[in-house]
Formats: sequence, C-alpha cells, structure tokens
Amino acid sequence: MKVKVISRSTDEFTRERSQDLQRVFRNFDPSLRSQEKAVEYVRALNAAKLDKIFARPFIGAMDGHRDSIKCMAKNPNYLKAIFSGSDDGDIRLWDIASRRTVCQFPGHQGAVQGLTVSTDGSVLVSCGSDCTVRLWNVSDANLADSDYLSDNSSKPQAVYIWKNAFRAVDHQWDGDLFATAGAQVDIWNHNRSQPVNTFDWGSDTTISIRFNPGEPNILATSANDRSITLYDLRMSSPARKVIMRTKTNSIAWNPMEPMNFTAANEDCNCYSYDARKLEEAKCVHKDHVSAVMDIDFSPTGREFVTGSYDRTVRIFQYNGGHSQEIYHTKRMQRVFCVKYSCDASYVISGSDDTNLRLWKAKASEQLGVVLPRERKKHEYLEAVKNRYKHLPEVKRIVRHRHLPKPVYKAANLRRTMIEAERRKEQRRKAHSAPGSIVTEPVRKRRIIKEVE
Amino acid sequence: MQIINNMAAFWNSFDSEISGCDCLGDSHLRQAPGDSIASVPYISVTMAAKKENSDDEVDEKVKKYLRGEAANLEGVKDKKLKGQLAVREDLYGKSAKTAAKIEKWLLPSEGGYLEAEGIEKTWRIKQESIAREVDILSSRNQYDIVLPELGPYTLDFTSNGRYMAAAGRKGHLAIVDMKTLNLIKEIQVRETVRDVAYLHNELFFAAAQKKYPYIYNREGTELHCLKEHGPVLRLQFLKNHFLLASINKFGQLRYQDVTMGEMIGNFRTGLGRTDVMQVNPFNGVVALGHSSGTVTMWKPTSSVPLVKMLCHPGPVSSLAFHPNGHLMATSGRENKIKIWDLRKFEVIQTLPCHAKTLNFSQKGLLAAGTGSFIQILADFSGSQNYSSYMTHSMAKGYQVGKVLFRPYEDILGIGHSMGWSSILIPGSGEPNFDSWVANPFETSKQRREKEVHSLLDKLPPETIMLDPTKVGTVRVPQKKEKPTKKDVEAEMEAAIETAKDTEFKKKTKGRNKPSKRAKKRREMIDKAKRPFLEQQTQEHETSRKKQKTNPETEMPKSLQRFVRQKAT
Repeated sequence: MKVKVISRSTDEFTRERSQDLQRVFRNFDPSLRSQEKAVEYVRALNAAKLDKIFARPFIGAMDGHRDSIKCMAKNPNYLKAIFSGSDDGDIRLWDIASRRTVCQFPGHQGAVQGLTVSTDGSVLVSCGSDCTVRLWNVSDANLADSDYLSDNSSKPQAVYIWKNAFRAVDHQWDGDLFATAGAQVDIWNHNRSQPVNTFDWGSDTTISIRFNPGEPNILATSANDRSITLYDLRMSSPARKVIMRTKTNSIAWNPMEPMNFTAANEDCNCYSYDARKLEEAKCVHKDHVSAVMDIDFSPTGREFVTGSYDRTVRIFQYNGGHSQEIYHTKRMQRVFCVKYSCDASYVISGSDDTNLRLWKAKASEQLGVVLPRERKKHEYLEAVKNRYKHLPEVKRIVRHRHLPKPVYKAANLRRTMIEAERRKEQRRKAHSAPGSIVTEPVRKRRIIKEVE
Repeated sequence: MQIINNMAAFWNSFDSEISGCDCLGDSHLRQAPGDSIASVPYISVTMAAKKENSDDEVDEKVKKYLRGEAANLEGVKDKKLKGQLAVREDLYGKSAKTAAKIEKWLLPSEGGYLEAEGIEKTWRIKQESIAREVDILSSRNQYDIVLPELGPYTLDFTSNGRYMAAAGRKGHLAIVDMKTLNLIKEIQVRETVRDVAYLHNELFFAAAQKKYPYIYNREGTELHCLKEHGPVLRLQFLKNHFLLASINKFGQLRYQDVTMGEMIGNFRTGLGRTDVMQVNPFNGVVALGHSSGTVTMWKPTSSVPLVKMLCHPGPVSSLAFHPNGHLMATSGRENKIKIWDLRKFEVIQTLPCHAKTLNFSQKGLLAAGTGSFIQILADFSGSQNYSSYMTHSMAKGYQVGKVLFRPYEDILGIGHSMGWSSILIPGSGEPNFDSWVANPFETSKQRREKEVHSLLDKLPPETIMLDPTKVGTVRVPQKKEKPTKKDVEAEMEAAIETAKDTEFKKKTKGRNKPSKRAKKRREMIDKAKRPFLEQQTQEHETSRKKQKTNPETEMPKSLQRFVRQKAT
C-alpha cells in the first residue's frame, strides 16, 4: 500500500535566526476563506470612514499680495515654484514648500491680466491692462540663489507696448511663440517687439487663450461673444468657432488627450469638447452654483480643478458629470484662478482675498515618503472602496461633504428650478403628439451653432 | 479643409494609446482580501509552459479562482458602465489564470493519500500498518489517552489546528499544544461540563458547565460567567463575526458578541431540547437538529428560522457541514446518513451507516462514529458519491462521543468515554496553509497582529445569510406587483411595532405625566397607521367607482336600454 501523510518539519516553516524575516506562506484558494465579499464590504466601509477622518486638504495660505490675484503660472521645469499676478501690477514668485515669496517682479502699471512661462522655463511672460507685455528672465540659476528676501526684485528683460489692453497670454508648448488675447489675438515672438501675426474674428474681446499641448500650432480662445474659437497658426485665418449661450471664462486642454478641451462657463457648468467635433459637448460637468472662473487639468489628464465665483474650488474627474471633491474656507472669497501642480499632488487657488491657497489634490492622501507596504495598503483600500461605493452605506459616507450654507442653499435652489423645468417639459411632451417635441441633450442644448 | 483633416488624423492616432491606460491597478481586486499579488505578473510564464500540465487541470484551477460565473452584461444599458464592467471581467479572468499558473510554485506541500495495492482494500487497512509506513513524526500523532474516571470527553481545535481543548464530562478541562504534545493547562471545575469551544484564538475558550457557560483564559483563569445563556448543551463560535452561539436545555438559541459582550439574539426555537448544533463555516448560519427529525437553520437577526427541513423520521442524532457550504450530512436514529445539497435542499445520497457523530474534513472526507467504531467516507471522483475509505475500531468499552478532524493535518481526533485518541487519516487535511488565514506555526507577535486585523474585519451579524455571495450584488428591479392583503397587513404590523418601540425623551419639570406619555404613544401609532388606512380608503373608493361604472353588466338584457348613460 502507498501511504503519505502531511508532515511539516518545523525548520521549513519557521525562521532560523531572529534576524531573519518570518516565513509567510500563501494559498489563494477561495475555499480557505469564507464570506469574502462580506469581509471586503466591511473593509470598504472602514476605508471610507478612515478616508473621511484623514481628509485634511488645506495645507496653507500664501500671504503677500495687496490686491486680488487674477492669474497664475507654473514653471514646467521647477516644481516648487508658482508665479502669481495681482490687480495692482504685482507679480510674485512663490516657493510652495515654504509658502514664502522668493522674488517680486514689479513693473506693471495696471492689473496683471495674464502670466505664462516658456516651456524651457527661462522666460516669464506677463501682460496687463496697461497695454504692455513684459518678458522676465526666470532661469533656474536666478531662482536658486535667491535668499527669500522679500525685496528681491528683478528688472524685466523686455517690455513691449501695443495698442490695446491685454486679457490673457499663453505660451506655445513646443516653440518660442506666445499668444496674447485682448481686442484681437496676437502671436508674438520673444525677440520681436511687435506681434508676428494677428487673428481677428468677430468684434468682441477675447478673454482667454490656450495652446494645445500636443499640437504646437493649435490654440483655443474664448471671447465675450460667448464663443470658443480654435485657431491654427499655420493658416492665416481662424479654423472653427462654436457659439454657446453663455460666455466661457477659461479653457484647458487635456494634456493626455490633446484633442479634448474643457471650457469653464458662466452658467456654472464646465463643458468638455472634442476639438474635432464641436457640435456636441462630450461631457457636461455640473456642480458649481456660480460662474466658473478658471480651470486647469492635472498632468495625469484624469482630473481637473475648477475655481468659481461661488468661493469654492472643485475637483472633477475628466469624464465625470459631478465633482469629486469640493474645497472651501470661510476666508477664501471669489476664486479667480486655479492651478494643478505639476506632480498632480497639489492644487493652488488664487482668490479675491489676496491669498494663494495650497490644497492637497487628494484630500486624505498621506504626504511625504510613503513606505511600500503603506502604499500597497492605501491602494488596496482605495480599490476595495471603489468596488463597493455603490452600496448605500458606503455611498453615504463617500459622498458626504460639508458645504457652506450659501452654497448649499444655492445648490438646492438650482436643483428645484431645474427639476421644475424638466417636469414641465415632460408634461408638455406627454400631452402633445408623440415626436412633436424633441428633447435635446444638455450637451447640445447649450450650443447655439458651430461656425467654420 | 485639409488642415482640419490633418488635425483629425493626428488626433485620431491618440485613440489607440488612450484605451490602454483606462483601468489603473485593479489587478488585485479579484484576489482574496488582504492579498496583493503585485509580484505575480513578473514571474515569467514560460517556465510553467515547459511542464506539460494538462489543460483540464489548469481549467479546473482557473474555475476555482474565478469564484462563479462572469456577470451577464447584456442587460446593462449604460454604455460607460458596460465598458467599465467588461474591462473588469477581463481582468478577473486574467488574474484567475495567473493564480492558477502560480499555484505550482507557490504551494510547497502536497496532500496525503492512501492507495491500496492489489486486492487490498483501503477500509481494511489498520492504523498500525499505516504507522509502520509513515515517518516517526507522523506516527507520534497516533495515540490513545486513557482517562477513565472523568467521563466522556469532547474536543475542540483552534482554527490552525495547533491547540486542542478537551473537556471531560465530570469537570476536567485541559488545553494541549498538539505540535509538541505539551499539556499547557488543566483545571478541574468540579461540575458537569457538556461542551467546550475555542474562541478566536488559543487564549480563550468557553466551557458549557452545569448552570452557565464560562469563558476561561489560557492560564485557566475564569474570565466571564455568561449567566444569560442558562444551562447550555452545545456551544459554537462563529469566527468571522465573533459570535458565540449556544443552545440550552430549554431549546433557546442565543448569540453573544464576545468582543463587547452584547447579546445579539435570543430565540426560542420552540422545538424542545436538542444538543445537535453546528455552524456552517461557509455562510455562518447555525443549524440545529431536533427530536422531530427537522433541521432548522438560524441567523442572529431573525427570530424565525431561515430554513426548516424534515430530514429524518426520528430524532436527528448528528449534523455536519462540508467546508464549501453546499453539502450537509445528517444522521438519524434509523441508522442512515443522508447527504444533502444545500442549494436545492435535496438528498444526494443515503448511506446505510450508524452515526452518532459526524464531521467533515477540509478535503471533504466524512467521519462517522458510533459505539466504538469509526468509519471514514470519501468521494473519490469529486462527484459527491461517498463510499467507504477507512475504518477504525477502538477497544470494546470505548463509546465514541465526538469525532473532529484536525485542521491542516491528516489527523482525526476522537473524544470517547475513556479519554481521547488520535488516528491518522491520509488525505483529510489541507496541505498548504495560508499564513494570513491560519498559521500553525504562529508566533505570539503574529497572533496579536492577526487578532487586531480580524477584529477590524469583524463582520456585523446582518451579513449572515444563506447565500453569502449576495453581498454587494445589484437587486434586479422586479415588476411591481400589488402587495397582497397579507403583506399589507404585515407591513402595517411592522410599522406599528417600530412605532411602539420608539423611545421618548424623558421630560422633567412636571411635563412627564404618564397620561401625556400614553397619549404621545397613541399618536405615534396612529401616525404609523395612517398611510395604510389612507391607502385602504383610496382602494375602496376606486373599487366603488369601478362598480358604479358598469351597471349594464348587472342588469338583465331586456332592461339595458333603460340604464342611464352618463355623459362622456
């Protein structure tokens, strides 16, 4: 007869010396574990609760400006820095780690309307309502040996004066042209004191401008006549235009999907478009209760942050219709500009109350060095929470956010109004001949027409 | 517009890149909780491809790791959701395949077996002949401990099979370390002990003594006296929920949470005294076998049993659950063992065998003991057709009280009237343990960590249900049927009960008069009743209106032209 019995020798299964690690044996057989789903559910619930306990997104405020902050720029080569320009012509370079001003760039007579940094990080371009464009030298050497003295100021490298006040400026991602928006769209070269090219379509001022990250010659602008226009620098006339019902305050291109851009609109929504197909929005992001002033994408292309006139900053998923996260503080007033930091960990907002605020992009993230086991645990908890987030108990906890009372009330009011409108529409539809009333999806409804 | 076409062509090239990065890091979802097989994808599969494993074996393993069938995505209308779910299902398939392939490298031990050669039959092989063939360490595990004065013994093992608690009827409690066969502690409580059960680890065990159950420490210190339970006949511990279930002399089933000491449920079974109680390890329901031949299954949140099945014409003498949760073996006084399929509640097999005590092993072997004879039944082809595998007779005077397989070992522990014994049953235990589920070589530090983690993962008692895979599933919206009168009445009763149970704030300063309290209570009950009564009156109204509108049908035909037609 052949017999074999399980016999485990202690040496194989225990460690030899106390300096060794304990031996761990794994058997992933599901029959060894009972009620796996219930255990996962309990872990999801606990993970949701822990998330809420550790959610402390506000890191600090950067104080220094004397007037409201209208624009910000990030230097793609230097993670720690952010430039901000305010309504009294003051441009400052901040060190995010210590939240202090490194350098000031005085010079503008009026409000600074736009800031941008060239792709190699050497030149800062600023434009203002004093009809000037100023170029500043901000290479790394300049920043590195700064002493954090608040009166550290620099002289501009160049000042170009032009006809009208400027509203926005953006630099090409892969070249040395930058474009300004004002009464018309001007394309400039660093070394020329006059614009190389001018685009003019329509009679209204252009209020924001953005270059495409993937295709260096494409740019998108938005104007006061409620339109979004796409330009191609290689052609001498603008390419496409879409007119909406309300004005777009700001546009941001998705850095990972450069054919898509998202527009922050006055009607409290953000509209994501595919630039090839402007007749219908890809996605409508609703949740703000007042005009959305600024928008910026995360470098991962999966999230974007918006700042709105209703004193809140919201973070959305790139394809999600509702916000994932809302940040607000009693002291933060109207948010005019937001930026996502280049390592996708922080969000910086500049607002009316002369402060720049630094927030965490993921509210319950542990900053600093995370050990590999911790990281795996966080990833596991995130995954298990996402798996069960549709269940009522977990959903209730995950969804819960405290809203300031005015925002809460405004949101309720909007909801009742929209509901009432919808119900009326439905009743009209139900009482009329089938097919005579066609409901347009929201993605289309807000667009008036598309023009070539 | 040529430029636009170029733009479109350029941007279209991004599409193929984008689709690859959609699901970030979901690869460990389908694995057992607490595991992350980050290392799995890096082990090259080419090594495994060299060995000619039959595809069938791998398929079997993949099926095991898939844990059921893929979801049917036909009915999902939301395109985004459908896409996400399809990607997930794909990932599950991949991770199941990788887990199946990695099994060969990950599992160090192989299971035991007993094969007869020639005309030998496995059930004639005696323990002595097995002991001669096996190594010394294993043959040490065969023994008989004779303790004749202290009554029939019952046993319990910890979940990792390392420690055993033995209790003699006359009050002898002993804890033994089975690896080293050391007696850790023995105490004499000087009263009847009917049952013993380990709690979550070897530090605590509960003994069902004459009047109440007590919880003891590993040192033998009495920690708690559970007075509420009364004179308990059987104790069972639900591991995932930290619930101690007990059935007492009066047929009352109690569930107590041993972490906080809260009594979760207290039910009168109404079916009399019984001492047949088992926990189904798969879903945590407690099954009781009664003297009427019925087996009832209970969960802590309902006072009515989940299932009541008539198993035997006479009293049920014992009950056992297969670890996969689908099979149940019951035996009655008519000397038959019935194997039930719990999904359909049907008998799969009836075996003509005496059994006073039954137990399933981790690998699905069934041990049945009566008198001084023990029979081990096995299903060889996996087809759930049990046949005799091994037998063991003990000395004539020994009456087998309890058989219990030791987890993760090929050993069967027998508690009998003259002490306890242990015999070797090759192929009964799971050869490869998982350190994070149950570790026979646990150090005290690991035990402490495990205790904390299992407390964090403690399941609430509401998760006990007949089908544990239902947690987290989506309930398919059914066509709304009108609730029957009974349902409506039941709902009303339930609403009234909850209204009655509401606690009122205790008012002071003379505002807490009993008349006012009673009035408030009556108001709450009326408020709870109101929607149902309103619904009833509405239904009466509509039915009356319906009756009114066809008087023609009631009138005889000749009179119908005189029926008053209401203006339409």
